[in-house]
This record gives sequence, C-alpha cells and structure tokens, in this order.
Amino acid sequence: MTTTLRQETRHTISVLVDNEAGVLARVIGLFSGRGYNIESLTVAEVDLREKLSRITIVTIGTPMIIEQIKAQLGRLVPVQKVSDLTAEGPHVERELALIKVKGVGETRREALQIADIFRARVVDSTHESFVFEIVGNTGKLDAFITLMEPLGLIEISRTGVVAIARGSQPL
Amino acid sequence: MTQEQLNGSQILLRALADQGADVVFGYPGGVVLPLYDELFKQNAVRHVLVRHEQGAVHAAEGYARSTGKVGVVLVTSGPGATNTVTGLTDALLDSTPLVCLTGQVPTSLIGNDAFQEADTTGITRSCTKHNYLVKDVTQLARTLHEAFHVARSGRPGPVLVDLPKDVLTAVGPYLSPQAVRHKSYHPRVRGDASAITETVRLMAQARRPLFYGGGGIINSGPQAAERLTQLVHATGFPITLTLMGLGAVPAHDPHFLGMVGMHGTYEANMAMHDCDLMLCIGARFDDRVTGKVSAFSPHSRKVHVDIDPSSINKNVMVDIPIIGDVGTVLEDMMQAWRALAPRPDRALLNPWWNVIEEWRARQCLKFEETDRVIKPQRVIRSLYEATRGRDVYVCTEVGQHQMWAAQHFGFDEPRRWMTSGGLGTMGFGLPAAIGAQMAHPDSLVIDIAGEASIMMNIQEMATAVQHRLPVKVFIINNRYMGMVRQWQELLYGGRYSESYSATLPDFVKLAEAFGWTGFKVEKADALDAVLKTALDAPGPVIVDVVVDSSENCFPMIPAGAAHNEILLGPADETGREPGNEEGMVLI
Repeated sequence: MTTTLRQETRHTISVLVDNEAGVLARVIGLFSGRGYNIESLTVAEVDLREKLSRITIVTIGTPMIIEQIKAQLGRLVPVQKVSDLTAEGPHVERELALIKVKGVGETRREALQIADIFRARVVDSTHESFVFEIVGNTGKLDAFITLMEPLGLIEISRTGVVAIARGSQPL
Repeated sequence: MTQEQLNGSQILLRALADQGADVVFGYPGGVVLPLYDELFKQNAVRHVLVRHEQGAVHAAEGYARSTGKVGVVLVTSGPGATNTVTGLTDALLDSTPLVCLTGQVPTSLIGNDAFQEADTTGITRSCTKHNYLVKDVTQLARTLHEAFHVARSGRPGPVLVDLPKDVLTAVGPYLSPQAVRHKSYHPRVRGDASAITETVRLMAQARRPLFYGGGGIINSGPQAAERLTQLVHATGFPITLTLMGLGAVPAHDPHFLGMVGMHGTYEANMAMHDCDLMLCIGARFDDRVTGKVSAFSPHSRKVHVDIDPSSINKNVMVDIPIIGDVGTVLEDMMQAWRALAPRPDRALLNPWWNVIEEWRARQCLKFEETDRVIKPQRVIRSLYEATRGRDVYVCTEVGQHQMWAAQHFGFDEPRRWMTSGGLGTMGFGLPAAIGAQMAHPDSLVIDIAGEASIMMNIQEMATAVQHRLPVKVFIINNRYMGMVRQWQELLYGGRYSESYSATLPDFVKLAEAFGWTGFKVEKADALDAVLKTALDAPGPVIVDVVVDSSENCFPMIPAGAAHNEILLGPADETGREPGNEEGMVLI
C-alpha cells in the first residue's frame, strides 16, 4: 500500500480554460509555486467562438500529488474543465519535433534511411544538412533523436505532448 | 434598450453601492485621483483613510470577518499596490472575502516602467483567489460584480481588480449585478447525499467520535455554527475547534474540549490522537493542527467536509470526503441523523467521555500566579471576565499573546474573534480592530497585542483617532518577541538571538501623542482596576501591561511531534531531546 502511494507516475492532464490574459501564467505559477513537476506543456486556442484554450500538461507525481494538481487546477477561476487522460481511459498522445542533422556522405544517407523507417519527413535540405519533421508519441521521438545523435544531430525543437481521449465523447 | 453611460469612476462607485459595500479602506495617490474626486462628490460609500496600505487590507479583513460581508480596499498604483501584498496573502490563507481595487498607470503606459508602475496582477497572482486587469471601460461593471462574486462564494478569498487611470475616466455602460453571471465559476454547495448517509452510519457506530471544526464554519455563516452546535448536542459527541474556528460552538459548552493544535488543550489533542471517528468540518489539517502527519490520529476513520476540493487529501488522507458548503452539509447531516433508526445509545459514549474527563482533570491551562508580577494568562482571563456579557469583538496580533488569548478568552459566537491564523501576520490586530469597529461602532472592540507586534502597524493609531473609533489595545508587554524567545529557549540552547524588544517607546506617551489615552500597569493587584478604567474610557485606549518576561506558552506540541507527545509545562521541557530533523524543518 505504502509503496503504491509513494510511487510516482506520469499523467497527461487536459485543461480547458477561458482564453483570457494571464491564464497560462496562473497555471504555470501554480506548478512552480507548489513545487509540482512539468514534463511538458502545450497550449492553443481550440474554440474561437467561446474563446476557450486547451492546455495539455504532462506531469509526474505520487497519486496524492496528482489528485492535488487536479484539484488546484480546478480551483482556478478561468478553468472550465480538468481531465486526467491517463486515469480516465485510453487516449492518444502525439508530439511533433523538428530535428536538424548535419552530415555528408555515408552518415547523410543513413540519416535519411532511419528517417524513412520512422516516417519522418524532410522539410528542409541543404548539401550538408536536413531538417526532419517527425510526429509520434514521446517514446518514438526520443528513439529517433537517440539514433540521430551519432549522425550529426545539431538542434531539436519539440512541441510537447498534445492528447485526446479515444472514442466519441468530448472532454 | 439604452444602457446608462457613466465614467469609470462612477461605474465603480455604483458597483460598490450595488454590492452593499458601504465602507472602503484606502489611501489616495496619482492614478486614482479621478476616483477620489468622484468619492468626494457622494455619500453612499464611506472612505476610511488609513496610514499605510497594509493597514487598509487588515482593516478590510477585520470588517469582513466581523460582518461576513466583503471587505473593500482602494489604493493607488505601484507602492500602493505592493504594500497590499502581505494583507492579501493573509486574507488568502484565512479565506477572508476581500475586493482590492488598485490604480494602474494608463493603458498606453503599461509596460513602460512608468512612474509608480508595478506589474500588480503579476505580483498578486499567487496571493489572490483571482485578479483582473481592466483594459476597457465596457468590461468594468461586469468585472467588478464578478470580483465580488468570486470573493464571497465558494471558499472566500481576496480578489484584486487593477484599474488603469484612463479606464477610470472613460465613459461606458453600467450593468447591474443581476446582469452578470460567470460562465464557468460555480462552486459546489450541496454535499453528496450518499457520503453524508455513510458518515451518519459511521457516527452511529463510533465509540470514540470527535468533531474537529475550523474557520469554514465561521465563513459559512452563523447558521452553520448553530447547526453544528445542534448536531453536537444531538449526538453527544465532543468537539474541538481550530484557532480559526473559535466561537463556532460556545466556549462554555460542556462538549467543547478547547482549541486543538500546537498550543491547543491537552484534552483536545489527546482526543484527536485517540478518536476512532474524526469529523473534520471546514478545517484543513494544517501542520499547526496535525503535528507529525505520520503519527496523526492513527486509529480513526476520517470524514472531511470542505467547500474547496483541493483541501481534501492534501495533508491527511481521509476516508469520506464531502465537498460542499459546511452549513448545507450540516443541515443534511442533521436530517440523516434524526432519521436514523434505531437511535444510537448515548451511554455507549460514556467510556470515551470518562477518558476525556481524566484528561480534562489535568487542567492543562492552569498557570502559577504570584502577587508580585503579572502573568500574561491572567491579563487575558481578567479581560475575559471584565467583558463577559458585553458585545465584544477581539482581534490579536501574532505570537504568545495570540495563543494565550485563544486559550483563555472564551468565544460564544462566531465572528467575534479575528486573528491571523494561516499567515501569522504581526501587525494584523490594530488595523483589524479598526475595521471591526467601523462595522460595529457601538460595540467593544479589543486588540490583544504584544509589544513587538503592535509596532508593525502602529501608524494606524492615527486612523482610529480620525474616524473616532474607540478601539482598546492591551499590550501584553514581556519585552521579548515571546514566541521567538520560547522557541530559542526550547530548541536553540537559550541563545536569544535578536528576540529582545530593545528601545521600546513609552506607550503611554505614544498614546497621548496620537490623541489616545494611555495606561501602564505593572503590579498584579492593580490589574483589574486599570482594565476596568480602560474598558470604560470613551475613546481609543492603549494599556501597557508589563508581564512576566519569562513565561512560556503551554501546552505545546513541539514541531514534528505527535499529539500525545504534548508538553504541559516547563517541567516537561527539561531533559528533552533537541528537536528531530522533521521537527526542525517544520519550524
């Protein structure tokens, strides 16, 4: 019992908020002020008419901390809905990365081959570099990046995780 | 339909009037001049000029907590706004409903490091329940009504509205409070019925039950306190209250075991430790209540009633959480209890009460008196006795005197006791007393102070004089920051680092300088007569009571200890191990 209560797990939490000034600062301030972890955070407006934004947060904590995070988020006045996708059933997570790899000759060909296996697209190319665009879950992106490292990886830009529950129901 | 067009300052004053805010505590400055000009032209809203913006917030807290209404603060931009931060944090931690209106530089200058510009919403984001920057006068009325709604509903708290100067002069529509409804913020009031039924089932089976009530009962309103008292009587269960909850049940009620926590009574803390069913009503398992969490009430099932879902399972895991307004849940609980058949046999509680009476017999609040020096506890007792039956409100500063006041002054009603519980803000008491006196001009309003704390907002003496507020301040003067000295004595080898109150003013002369009446008393046999004279004096009064400088506040649960490791007096201190690491961290 004690071990499970103390075990930290990774949770993906979706938060629907009124898109008003300072709302992101409120959410981030809550995490920093109370000492919670943020593994990744993405935000964008998803409903232009109702002015709603969706924030996806990946965090790590014990069950007690995860409960606190959800309750504290729910307490913020502009927050409309908090949903723990990890706890609430099957969901899809995706992340996009742009990855710059520099190389010539054999390594350049190898990078292209691996990109093909990972279904990464080439979105920019020079004689000595590529920019790959890759979409997938966090593990797939990590694996691709690890493979690119010896082949001349020089820069990474990642979006962080966006997620949505499977099935027909909305948040 | 054409809407009425007013300028921003007029909209603001109209909104205050429509929200029932008849008093504003404030201090003028550059960017709020348009508003102060409108204030000058009307009589519906009274303005109390404080002498420091922190004082304005504490005064509004005293006003709010003694009435249940929303307290209103009005200050200028920059330093005016930053000076409210301590008060706002205090109100946030003690769930006090406030609306703080701050001036801001004109919208065209925001971000320019303009004169008296501060990022007020940025600075106060973490010390308010919510805050707003109004950039458009068409949003002003809606925002103000929303601010009042957010401040007073759910778990109450401070809400700040930042008002750029151009918004205060621009012309826009006025909306009535009825026309405004927040699109997403609707706190839950009614508790889950099945959880309440389950709770009552546990109550019927409990052999060692205990109610543990907190400030949520006071915030819910006098009805909640009445219902709780009825439920306590109907069940025959003992009850303890937190510092914030004092007055929720009458202090003289035989079911009341006294305050719980670090300086709570022996019987309350032992009952918390040994109970088999804990009914937490509007309290939040604060570290000053729980002591060492791993040893907190190890044998009890726990029920937690709170309007704030984030209070549930924050510090202590509970068996039955009930999210809802305390008053509403208590009403449902009372109905469920009455419907219970067969009625539980109250004699089943006898063994538990017998144990409690044994703990009570230890008389943990007893103190030794001499006829030479005045004991601080004696001052509180005498004050209590001298004001019994009178219409009295008590505020305190923070420290030993605060704990002695909580232990020795009995409160029979809610909203009579105003102290800084969560934040522990020295300097709270005098301005809070001023706010309470504004709300209750004919009542007796007392500030029980320490000689160190009172210095932190001493400038508010002038406010009391200007507004003819006859507050009575009793300084329990032991020439030390007493609580600091007590911890240094217990945990830091008696090295009294910087805790001596050096170069104190002559409080009698200080009183006279401000236009107050001052008394000083040093002899035990003169105490009662001086207290009586002071209480009956017409205007504001300071009484400098010189007390035993070495007295410590007991009982005491050392930080990091369990409830049953409570120290009852100086004899328990000797030979104690220095605090363990967990305890040292908690200090």
